[in-house]
Amino acid sequence: MATAADTGKRKIVINPVTRVEGHGKVTIHIDAAGNVEQARFHIIEFRGFERFVQGRFYWEAPVMVQRLCGICPVSHHLCAAKATDVIVGADKLTPAAEKIRRLMHYGQTFQSHALHFFHLASPDLLFGFDAPVEKRNVIGVIQAYPDVAKQAVLMRKYGQEVIKATAGKKIHGTGAIPGGVNKPLSIEERDFLLKDADTMVQWSVEGLALCKKITKAGGQTLLEFGSFPSNHLSIVREDGCMDLYDGKLRAKDADGNIIFDQVAPADYLKYIGEEVRPWSYMKFPFIRSLGKENGWYRVGPLARVNNCDFIDTPLAEQERQEFMALGGGKPINATMAYHWARMIETLHSAEKIRELLNDPDLQSEDLVVAGEKRPEGIAIIEAPRGTLFHHYEVNNQTDQITRANLIVSTTNNNEAMNRAVNVVAKQYLEGKEITEGLLNHVEVGIRAYDPCLSCATHALGKMRLQVQLVGPDGEVVDEKLRG
Amino acid sequence: MSDKPVTFTIDGVEITAKAGQTILQAADDAGIYIPRLCYHPSLPPGGHCRLCTVKINGRPASSCTFPADEGLVVENDTEELNDHRRRIVEMLFVEGNHYCPTCEHSGNCELQAMAYRLGLLAPTLPYFRCERELDASHKDVYVDRDRCILCGRCARASREVDHKVVFGFEGRGVHKRISVDAPHNLGETNLAAADKAAEVCPTGCIMLKRKGFAIPVGQRKYDHEPIGSEIERSRSAK
Repeated sequence: MATAADTGKRKIVINPVTRVEGHGKVTIHIDAAGNVEQARFHIIEFRGFERFVQGRFYWEAPVMVQRLCGICPVSHHLCAAKATDVIVGADKLTPAAEKIRRLMHYGQTFQSHALHFFHLASPDLLFGFDAPVEKRNVIGVIQAYPDVAKQAVLMRKYGQEVIKATAGKKIHGTGAIPGGVNKPLSIEERDFLLKDADTMVQWSVEGLALCKKITKAGGQTLLEFGSFPSNHLSIVREDGCMDLYDGKLRAKDADGNIIFDQVAPADYLKYIGEEVRPWSYMKFPFIRSLGKENGWYRVGPLARVNNCDFIDTPLAEQERQEFMALGGGKPINATMAYHWARMIETLHSAEKIRELLNDPDLQSEDLVVAGEKRPEGIAIIEAPRGTLFHHYEVNNQTDQITRANLIVSTTNNNEAMNRAVNVVAKQYLEGKEITEGLLNHVEVGIRAYDPCLSCATHALGKMRLQVQLVGPDGEVVDEKLRG
Repeated sequence: MSDKPVTFTIDGVEITAKAGQTILQAADDAGIYIPRLCYHPSLPPGGHCRLCTVKINGRPASSCTFPADEGLVVENDTEELNDHRRRIVEMLFVEGNHYCPTCEHSGNCELQAMAYRLGLLAPTLPYFRCERELDASHKDVYVDRDRCILCGRCARASREVDHKVVFGFEGRGVHKRISVDAPHNLGETNLAAADKAAEVCPTGCIMLKRKGFAIPVGQRKYDHEPIGSEIERSRSAK
């Protein structure tokens, strides 16, 4: 039987990459000549929420499924609430309910994006992908850029306060209920948030400026890092405007041609399929008309900025135009452009929060509507990390959920993250001695998608990393462990 | 049971009970809180949960069933008794399946509030992880037996107030469960949503449907003060 020493082949395992609502790892197979044969990003944890909610009541879904995640629970909370709106026949919410939910959602997007850019991604961007690990972490950022770090913490805090005011709690609140919300925004809560609203817009502008400066300084290297052409999927408003809370599906190809547009959430299964591959617990969604091979797509900030025709807040729209000019109006397909797009959305969210706080509808007590019950509810929302689908079937006699299907943002980006791992591995690992710094490049590629996994890998700057040299017979020839 | 007012002490505080009152009722009127779960002021006492156990002249007894009498010396808020109560509540938690994070009764739940009041931070006993049934057959009321603590309030309310026999107990020991007076499920009984039996459950076991999370965090019964505060407030106001 051939051994690794005979064949010279190597398998590098990065395990765990992080917590992606569970557990993920990367495997990279390198042949004797040092070429990357195959690189994969595996999700090896089974979640099971679709099963947990079976038999539970539909009104419990918004509170129950948000426990999927501690980072963007609001997205699941709101998406499930939107699906239960359909179930209770609430086709149009009251203005107060819709706006309070939107405020909650923009608060969530604001804090999540700020967390990702400043705490998780900025160490790579500010210090370099292979900077010493002692420096390449959030503590390093605090030491070298104390003002940026302070703003980052306070931006996150602000977003959490918005969530608390609308959902009742900063994490895992109960604000959105079938057909509306359970509380208005009090004058005290409004004034508390309003006093810092301008500052948040200003800090978002500065954060975006920092991101642009780093990206431009990185030049061609950063542009090509882990890049590849792809389709892009998101929801947009009927007039093509960016809308993170509600809208219909639009998909564009790498050149900006429309694949489909204004697809109602209820029809998602006609357009999106899900492929199962034996080596990952995460499914691979694809656009049915393009097939499994070519139908994969990107979601998240980059896809949303690429997909929309305009943004309805002035500062973010100006920034969108500058961003899109880089591609001559065509979609930007650079992986690292995710950060830039994410900061445009951060600014958009700050502008939206300020706009909503000044709306008197938020103090209205007209909060819940209901109509004729239905046996099925499907909803789509743009979570910070991308398009999120919730689909429930309900027994209307007992009010119990009989079936649930969730396609979460990270799942939608599954193939794209695998591509990024492949491209980065080929770009940086081929023919080289593997070092921690080089392996971090792989993580940087994944991290750009913000798949909930950056937190575990980066928060303390020492991701737990296991590299194994494995022979074809499975024998571990060599192993290095850190963390 | 005395037919005249009587005077006795609880933790050294002298109180007067009306004729026919139990120790727990007299304590409530005097603004002294004795922890309890199965007791409900609208129902006859059950004496099931033993949380209201106090020491009467040095001997333990449930205060919800023990008549007040002249000269009794009652101990209530002692370390020993509160340790026992904490352990009882802990056993109730591990015997059932109490998922507070996603329970719609969280914040209004007497079991949860009692755990907070007694300082039960996390169970030290192993969970039973038992299989319990959810009965969603009734159009307006559900029974989630995961959350049942066998207090019997529902059975007493159905019998004494509603004059029906919708709920009862069946089985023994760890197999004891709340049953319904029908061949299969709650939907076959004559329970109405307005019945007392559908209102008195201290946990989220018997709940009206479609209420869900309508009460926001911050406005729930025990969001701002521990269970029993209402009774204790009446004493401080005196």
